[in-house]
Amino acid sequence: MADGTVTAYRRMLTAQVRSMTQYRASFAIDLTTQTVFTVLDIVAVLVIFRVTPSLGGFTLKQVLLVSSLAAIGFALADLLVGNVERLRHYVRTGLLDAVLIRPLSALGQLLVLDFAPRRLGRVLFSATLLTVVVSTSDIDWTPSRVLLLAITPLSAALFFSAVFVLTACVAFWWIDSGEFANSLTYGGRDFTSYPVTVFDGLFRRVFGFLLGFGFVGYYPALGILGIPDPLGMPSFFVWGGPFVAGIAALLATVAWRTGLRHYKGAGS
Amino acid sequence: MGAALARAGFRRYSTYRQATLAGLSTNIVFGMLRMYVLVAAGAAAGGVMAGYTVPQLGTYIWVGQGLLATILMWGWTELSDRVRSGDVVADLLRPVNPVWTYLATDLGRAGHAALIRLLVPVLFGALFFPFYWPREPLSYPLFGVSLVLAVLLCFACRYLVNLTAFWLLDIRGVVSLWMAAAGVLSGLYFPLAFLPGWLAAILQYGTPFPSLMQFPTDVAVERGGLAGQLERIGVQVAWTAVMYAVVFYVQRRAMRKLVIQGG
Repeated sequence: MADGTVTAYRRMLTAQVRSMTQYRASFAIDLTTQTVFTVLDIVAVLVIFRVTPSLGGFTLKQVLLVSSLAAIGFALADLLVGNVERLRHYVRTGLLDAVLIRPLSALGQLLVLDFAPRRLGRVLFSATLLTVVVSTSDIDWTPSRVLLLAITPLSAALFFSAVFVLTACVAFWWIDSGEFANSLTYGGRDFTSYPVTVFDGLFRRVFGFLLGFGFVGYYPALGILGIPDPLGMPSFFVWGGPFVAGIAALLATVAWRTGLRHYKGAGS
Repeated sequence: MGAALARAGFRRYSTYRQATLAGLSTNIVFGMLRMYVLVAAGAAAGGVMAGYTVPQLGTYIWVGQGLLATILMWGWTELSDRVRSGDVVADLLRPVNPVWTYLATDLGRAGHAALIRLLVPVLFGALFFPFYWPREPLSYPLFGVSLVLAVLLCFACRYLVNLTAFWLLDIRGVVSLWMAAAGVLSGLYFPLAFLPGWLAAILQYGTPFPSLMQFPTDVAVERGGLAGQLERIGVQVAWTAVMYAVVFYVQRRAMRKLVIQGG
């Protein structure tokens, strides 16, 4: 990247962070509550375990490993590309025209223009949670399990980033898609917070395997814990995360490029 | 005039057909996510959790998903946007208190939402998942009363959140605080009865949140029989009265604070 490009991005990023922190009281509340949201997802798991001894055949500790692997992936993706969901707004108002005429990548600009520093709290909380869960779980460490633990947050983050971009691209064709994208982004996060065995039938097959959400936290967690899959899938599935994330990223790139070519402006 | 505004609110939302469809499919996906988790938990717990049978949990989830859009828990910043832009002046010049004009429009919106956004997820849930239909005929009108109270109360809460714009201008922080509190404390994520008894009691009587969602769904699943239903409706009435008193008081204070931005 040329020096000018880097400077331009840095300036845009600084301006955005400054404008976000301008109303101090509001920003402080926002940062806190964004963190609270991630805490609540975990509280929901804890509360359900108050009234049941196990979930989908897994104990609380095991479920928490699945949840925290997914949570850190989601939090990273949300911080880096989560604001791409504002694309809908850009397409509807025609603001995307302004983005397209500048000599910088459209996706890069969108991400920087709406960068939300308030989401940092989520990343810190989920990283802490994962550390606590891993260090208090009874895991028989081998080099391959350490490697699996190291790459899973990254592949989960790449996967969720691809989901954010893919669902945002829907706005190129369907402007009034409203909260539809949420069912795959936030819905996907909810799905990955629990073992795949909790779900059933067509729903499990579609979300877990066809859309690939099962490879975000569940299969890597099985590999780290050394538990065979109750669903009887082959053991190489535990390494599926990076491959599924790679395919999703490829699809997201294609969808983004096709969508941009399809975009004709708001006619203003 | 109130009826005309309500009709306008109804018509306005009935024109957003695609957004309604997108919202419905989202509610249904989230309903299924919650349903499977609670069904799995119920299976491991032996069928009953905190006094809820699995079919009752089904009703709780699908009615809850429908209520989300009917009471419009999230995503209303119309008033604060107008405070920020200064357009709120036009609302204040009218001879009617803006609380009533906004409420009338909101009731029209809620009427439309109850027909589509509440009914469709409930029918979907009843068709494909364990579902508890109320046994007593009286429960149906009682649910209607509880639903109307939840709509009125939720409007007051949202209006109050928006009023903070008179002081803060940027209310994103307050809105996300409200989203987090309303989501978990109203019983959207899990029935509040799953919590320790003392905590659930504090929330149910000491905060308005359970009156928004937990109580209407409890009325629908006939928790505590007729006495339980009437008690919950009573708490809803009390909180609705309190919140409207607060709204009128805060609005009077806001008027004194009002600075019109721009020329």
